[in-house]
Amino acid sequence: MSSIAVIDYGMGNLHSVAKALEHVQPGIEVRVTADPEQVRSADRVLLPGVGAIRDCMAEIRRLGVDKEVREAIASGKPFLGICVGYQALMQFSEENDGVDCLGEFEGRVNFFGDELKDAAGERLKVPHMGWNEVQQTLDHPLWAGIDNGSRFYFVHSYYVKLANRSQVAATCEYGVEFDVALAYNNVFATQFHPEKSQKAGLQLLQNFLNWDGRR
Amino acid sequence: MALAKRIIPCLDVENGRVVKGVKFLDIRDAGDPVEVAKRYDEQGADEITFLDITASHEGRDTMVHTVERMASQVFIPLTVGGGIRTCDDIRKMLNAGADKVSINTAAVFNPEFVREAAQRFGSQCIVVAIDAKKVSQPGEPDKWEIFTHGGRKPTGLDAVEWAKKMVEYGAGEILLTSMDQDGVKNGYDLGVTRAVSEAVHVPVIASGGVGNLDHLVDGCIEGKADAVLAASIFHFNEYTIPQAKQYMREHGIEVRL
Repeated sequence: MSSIAVIDYGMGNLHSVAKALEHVQPGIEVRVTADPEQVRSADRVLLPGVGAIRDCMAEIRRLGVDKEVREAIASGKPFLGICVGYQALMQFSEENDGVDCLGEFEGRVNFFGDELKDAAGERLKVPHMGWNEVQQTLDHPLWAGIDNGSRFYFVHSYYVKLANRSQVAATCEYGVEFDVALAYNNVFATQFHPEKSQKAGLQLLQNFLNWDGRR
Repeated sequence: MALAKRIIPCLDVENGRVVKGVKFLDIRDAGDPVEVAKRYDEQGADEITFLDITASHEGRDTMVHTVERMASQVFIPLTVGGGIRTCDDIRKMLNAGADKVSINTAAVFNPEFVREAAQRFGSQCIVVAIDAKKVSQPGEPDKWEIFTHGGRKPTGLDAVEWAKKMVEYGAGEILLTSMDQDGVKNGYDLGVTRAVSEAVHVPVIASGGVGNLDHLVDGCIEGKADAVLAASIFHFNEYTIPQAKQYMREHGIEVRL
């Protein structure tokens, strides 16, 4: 049976994502762990994360998770980042007065701002919390069986803008247009929470578990 | 294309069973919380809220197990409230599979708890629940006050000012219940809903008083709520979630279908 390491660096609730993985592929070995050997020997790696980026990055560095992430990405095995686990792959985040992130991808994490408005001039609440439409911008095995424009569940106050537009796998609009999924070689990452996005989200997790890491 | 307004069925849970009363009295049994939550998940509910109204310690442990069971079968966000008083309570619920916790009375007695919780777990999982009652007389400017203990104890705190303060302290969302309306099915108190929603930059969930689908529409449009919470209209099969969403969409509200 295949295995997946859900990297545990002490931030947030990993129970939901572990349960969702077990739900879509009963019998899969889900390792919630920060142990480098457990991560290295897993068939797939998932980097989750909720909370503030400064604390997340501090724990990532303290536990050596930065090295595990770099190795996993370089190994070619399927890698999935979720929410702060996506943001952490960027170079820099504006949150907490500015935090250097892992720099695996060229991009920035920006604040939605206090004056966010929609096209009609209505004020938008921050955090961006709830179900929004995700526009797929490229064909990818992880989008298999998911209608373009499907709604996924978001909860975040900072958004990613990727420098390399060919790495953008999906966008979303909330006052600004931003990049909600990244695809590059064996790496896929999402701002939304597939584990909380009912059918569409479970389909994406299933696709990830069936994916060989190639396009 | 926009963010959808959320429909949130609320389950009052006592000793592991869903119950629903009128104005916090006259409790009726409405089933096993996990079965009820699964039904709502299948129908397309956008989130589920569990409010633990159990008083005893044994009941609290039952709640943790209920949350665990629910989290392995339902894959939409889950908020758990009722009796959340310490960071340890929060940790327990998040570990059991809750995505957010709702803090009510403890915030009134110790606002610093909200700050501490938000710093430790992130604002995204801290909901502050506010139970408000109108205290102004007809003809006076509208004023709503916070009540605790199921609406029995006044605190002297102004509801709108309190909501602003809670957001400053790190609340990521406000769950606003009108105690005048709760269980009486005459619709949300749109005045306080709109006043709070316009005063804070975080999402506001309207709660208390839904008796028909127009009330959900009014909560979103006139009350400017970001999410609408209801209990009895769904528990007792007066309306289904898809009916509610269809009706909201017909009234120009963006929903997830």
